[in-house]
Formats: sequence, structure tokens, C-alpha cells
Amino acid sequence: MDGSLLGDIFTALVAVFNGFIGDPVQSIWAKPLYLVQNILGGLMVGILYSLVALGFALIYKASGVFNFAQGMMAVFAALGLIYFHDRLFLPMFGGPLYGLTILASLVATMAMMTVLAYLVERLMLRPLVNQPELILFMSTIGLFFFLEGFGETLFNFVSNSPVPMAALGIQSGPWVPVEGIRLQKVDLSSAVVAVAMVAGLWVLFQKTPIGRALRAVADDHQAALSVGIPLNRMWVVVWIIAGAVGLVAGIMWGASSGGVDFSLAFIALKALPVLILGGFTSIPGVIVGGLIIGIGERLAEIYWSPFLGDSIEVWFAYVLALVILLYRPQGLFGEKIIERV
Amino acid sequence: MLYREAGRFNTSYSQDQAIFPIFQDKWAIIGFVAFMYLAVPLFATSYQYEVILLPIVVFAIAALGLNVLVGYCGQISLGTGGFMAVGAFSAFKLATSFPDLNIIFVFLLSGLFAAIAGILFGIPSLRIKGFYLAVATLAAQFFFEWLFQKYEWFHNYSTSGTISAPHREFMGIIISGPRTSYEVKYWIALTFLVVFALIIKNLSRSQVGRSWMAIRDMDIAAEIIGIKPMKTKLIAFAISSYIVGVAGALFAFVVQGNVEADAFDILTMSFPVLFMIIIGGLGTVMGAMVGATFMLLVPVVIKVNPGMVSAGFTLALGIGLYFYLREKGLVRWMPLILGIAGAVYLGFFQKFNSTLAEHLVLIFFGLSIILVLIFEPNGLARLWQIGKEKLRLWPFPH
Repeated sequence: MDGSLLGDIFTALVAVFNGFIGDPVQSIWAKPLYLVQNILGGLMVGILYSLVALGFALIYKASGVFNFAQGMMAVFAALGLIYFHDRLFLPMFGGPLYGLTILASLVATMAMMTVLAYLVERLMLRPLVNQPELILFMSTIGLFFFLEGFGETLFNFVSNSPVPMAALGIQSGPWVPVEGIRLQKVDLSSAVVAVAMVAGLWVLFQKTPIGRALRAVADDHQAALSVGIPLNRMWVVVWIIAGAVGLVAGIMWGASSGGVDFSLAFIALKALPVLILGGFTSIPGVIVGGLIIGIGERLAEIYWSPFLGDSIEVWFAYVLALVILLYRPQGLFGEKIIERV
Repeated sequence: MLYREAGRFNTSYSQDQAIFPIFQDKWAIIGFVAFMYLAVPLFATSYQYEVILLPIVVFAIAALGLNVLVGYCGQISLGTGGFMAVGAFSAFKLATSFPDLNIIFVFLLSGLFAAIAGILFGIPSLRIKGFYLAVATLAAQFFFEWLFQKYEWFHNYSTSGTISAPHREFMGIIISGPRTSYEVKYWIALTFLVVFALIIKNLSRSQVGRSWMAIRDMDIAAEIIGIKPMKTKLIAFAISSYIVGVAGALFAFVVQGNVEADAFDILTMSFPVLFMIIIGGLGTVMGAMVGATFMLLVPVVIKVNPGMVSAGFTLALGIGLYFYLREKGLVRWMPLILGIAGAVYLGFFQKFNSTLAEHLVLIFFGLSIILVLIFEPNGLARLWQIGKEKLRLWPFPH
């Protein structure tokens, strides 16, 4: 009895060891290029996560608001762009099909996001100023629902439409640099765009007066106020920037997944583990966190799913973040949290 | 003057410690519970049971459970749906593995599994707090949803992945399964709600409840005065997940009859339950019930009376704009604004259909969360308190 029980436990341990370590090592050994391809593919997904997470981090740094609705803003902006470009005026009033040029639609979308940023600051954040962070967080969950309902009312008929990729100059199709490695051109373009955007944000934050003011606000609200920086206007500015980041993220997500619809906002929730992994306040942390999550979940999906069951992607990022948080509560790159009574 | 507390003197400790020290309160609540038990089944129709009464009672239980964690202990959780799924699926496994076990005990036991899951996912709360914890609880949500979909053992290898309430009788009355009468379902759910509400009301006045609130208000200070954060937080997670798990089991067995793991996703469970306690009032037993009623009645009202609601919506928009503009001294813009509002009305609400109703419900939920947080952060339960103050002074203003 005892012997067989021990034997069973031993067999189970061997199975667990094989499932988690043995079999993956074997398959990596057999097909090393496949590993490289998956790491690269994971990197591309990770860049998309970082793009969404960047919007969260910007708003959090400048106003201390954890904007749960960032993913929804990305979808809202991308659908707005598609609407302006493809279908302006059509279904609402029964008129003919008009579309703006891509440049005009980008401008119109940014104008829409600017109005949204202004309204959010004016009607939601300003009355809630000085409330605990959790209250602000919950109000952005309200914003998430509002934007979903409002966006579906406005843009329902363009939901699930493809992004105007040709007009935006995004190429599609696969790209095969070496035999055995296959990447999507869409993913490569989003990597390029992400790098360009981070560079642009760096210039904006480090080299311009607005950036200096934003850094001051992020550092200390009261000190920033006392040297004459208009806090409210800075909040609007940072929500506009987050809207622009969301627009880019929404376009890239839509391009790589074939169409924009509201379920993308839930995939964008993956940006949350990225964020807590990297630490809320650190922009390099967000980028690295996104890459870690992207690669980690891709590799876990490929090499652990034979043992655990497929589509572990849906929760792997969260559990990875949870485990890392147990060891580093402030995330990998976050500043140490100091609390006073 | 209508609602008097003066002239009542407590002469014993038991009077002093009573849950409802004022006799009007006590009798009002006893009367209300009796009304819910006895009078409501007399006139409720099957539609009302299915769409309004049963969901409200079961979601009130879930909200009560979440309120322990968020309202009393201050640990935010977005994983409610996951814990409800644990309760539902363990109830199903228990009921099918032990057919002789009374279904009521099955519900009570299924909560234990949810409590264990809650403790496991609550362990990170010892080191992290606030948004970090909120994101960590999302792990529970997505993990359990995946688990119950992928591992067929949990739904007894049924091809559709559905669990359905098995047929059970107790003393000749059908208490579970598709042939259960609505009255029995309703009484079972209501009894759970009343018992849990009494337990939570009492717990919140006990040492455990006071330490929850101390942790909520400032955990470091609470630790310094000798409250053990680990024990307190884990108790909150355990009790909260227990109640949420029982609510999940009731949702599967009593409200729906048969459900899939999909039914417990974040948009249909976790967020609405969180909204219920925010709108109803954090940290109050009554808030959970008021919030559940509000959140479940509003969609029904919007879907049943679309024309009236859309007209009311536009009217409210117009009135709000009028007052805003009057405050700013811009009333001369009013015709333009009215024109825009009219165009919006003609553009959208004229083509009212069920899809638009769904979207309106989302807009309404989002707006009501934001408005409640801005204007009455203590929720609808606080309005009840204010109403009582007014009654106390009536007819005098002060």
C-alpha cells in the first residue's frame, strides 16, 4: 500500500517534471529555430502590450489616476479613425457614403480624443480631485463602461472593420528573413512605430517646455502648482497624449488582429500585468515588462500547453505578474513604495 | 417628528447591544422581510421571478460577499466572477458525486471551496495593495474561467461544457432541478440572503469587523496598534469568497438552471457586482441589496420602456445643460444646444432597438458610477440615512 502510494507520487512528480522542463527542453533541442521564431513573435506581441501600457503609465505619472479605460480609449480612437475614413455620415442620417482622406481622418480623430480628454478632466476628474486613488480608479471603470456603450452607439456599424492599412502605409503579409523563421510585416511595422513613438515621447518629455511641466507635475503636484504650472491644463494635455498613444495602439492592434472591435479592450487588459510588472511609474519598465510578458506567455503557450492544456495565454500573464509581485511588490523597475502613517 | 428616537432608554446591556436599537427600525425590517417572504410570492409572475426577483436576491448575496472584502476590509477585488465560478462548479461536482447529500448542504459546502480559492489568491494582498491587488485578483478571474472550460472533469465531460442543476427532493418538495417551483427557489435564495446579511451585520460590529475597518482606513496604523494584517485580511478573503461562492452556486442552480463557465466572465459578473456595492454604498449591508436592486432593475426598465427612457434621457440632458449654461451665464446658446439635443434624439433614439438598449444600459451604468462617486461617494444607502435625518426633524428644516 505504502509502496504503491510512494510509487504513484513518484510517477506524478516525474510527469510534472517532464511536462514543465523535460519535454520543452527536448523540443527546443529538436527545433532550435522554432524557439527563435517564437521569441521574436512574443517580442512583437509584447511591443503591442507595451504600447497600451504606455498610455496607462503616462496618465498615472502625471495625475495619479490609474486609467482603467485606456484600452477602451484605444478601441474608441481606432474605430473613430475607421469611421471618419470609411463611412462618415452614412448610416446615421441615411446620406451617401463619404470618407475623409487619411490625414484628415487622423486630425479628426485626434480632435475627438482632445474633446474627450477635456470633458473627462472637466466633468470627471476635477470634481473628484483630492479623493483617494481607489475612488479615481473606480470612476475610470465607469468611464470604461460609458465609452463602450457610447462607442457602440456611435460606431456600431464600423465595429469589426479592418484598419485602412494601405492608406496608412502598413504592409501586410509574411516576412521570411531566414528559412524557418516567419514574421508578419504588420508586427514589424508596429515595432517600428512603437520605437518611433517612444523616441517621440522621450523628446517631448525631455526637450520641450510642456514635457518639463509634465515631469514637474509627475514629481510633486503641490510643488508644481507653487511654481505656477496649471495643473488642470497639464492633466488635459496628458490625457490628450494618452489618447494619441491609444490611437496608435488601437491601429496597430487592429492591423495585427484583422479588425477593430470592442473585445480588443479586453485583450488590452493584458497591459495591466505588464504595468505592474514594470512598475507604474517607469516608462522603460513598461517597455521591458511588455516584452517579458509577450515572450513569456508565447513560450508558455507553446511549450507548456501539451501538459497544462491549451490557451493558457488568457491567464499566464496575470499569474506571472502575481508571482513576481510576491517577491517585488513595487514591480521590477518601480520606485520603492514608502508609506507614512 | 415622524421618526423619533428620543424618550427611549436602554436599561440592559442586551438592549444596548441590539442590532436595531430603535424599535421603528426593527419592526420596519421585520415587516419588510415578512413582506418579501409571504406577500411577494402571492403576486409575482414567472417572468418577474426569472428576470427580477431571483437575480436580485442572488446578486445581493454576491454583493454582500464582495462588500466584506472591498467595503469593510478595503481590499479591492476584480475576481468575483472567478470565485462565483468556483462555487458553482464545486456545487455541481458535490451534488453529482454525493446524490444523497441535501442540496442546501451542497451550497454551504461549495462556499468552502471558494473560500480556499479566495485565501490562495488573497495571499498576495499581504504584500501588495490598491491597484496592484486589483490586477492580481484578475488572475483569479481568468484562471478559473479557463480551468472550468478546459478540464472537462469539472462539468462531468458534458459536450457543451454546461452544468445543470440535478433533480433533488426534500420531504416531498422539489428543491432543485428544472421542475422546481419559483416560490421554492425564491425562498431558498431569500433565506440565504437573510442569514448572510445577519451574519455580516453582526460580524461588522465584532472584533473581526473592527479590525477589518482599521485595516481599510490605514493598514500601517492598524498594524501598529496590534491588529495582525495577515490574519485579518485572510479572514476577510475567506468569508468574502465563501459568500460569493455560495452566490455562484445559487446563480447556477437557482437562477439559471444550467450555465457554462462563460457565464462568469468579467463583464457579466465581476464588474457589475463591484458596481452594485459602489452604487449601493461601500461597507453597508443595506448598500449591497440596494445596489443589486438598482443594477438589475435599470436594464429591465430601459428594455421594457425604450421610448419613455430615451425621451427622459434627452430631457435630462437638456435640463442638465440648461442649468450648466445658466450657471455660466451662457443661456443665449440654449437654442443651439436644444437643436443638438433634438438632433441626437432624432439620430439615435428614433431608431431604438434592442441593440441600442444594450448600449444605453452600458452608458447608464458608466454614468451612474461616475455620478455616484462625484455626488454621493457613500452610495444610495447614505441617501436613506439622510432621509431618516429629514424624517426625524420633519416638519422643521433644522
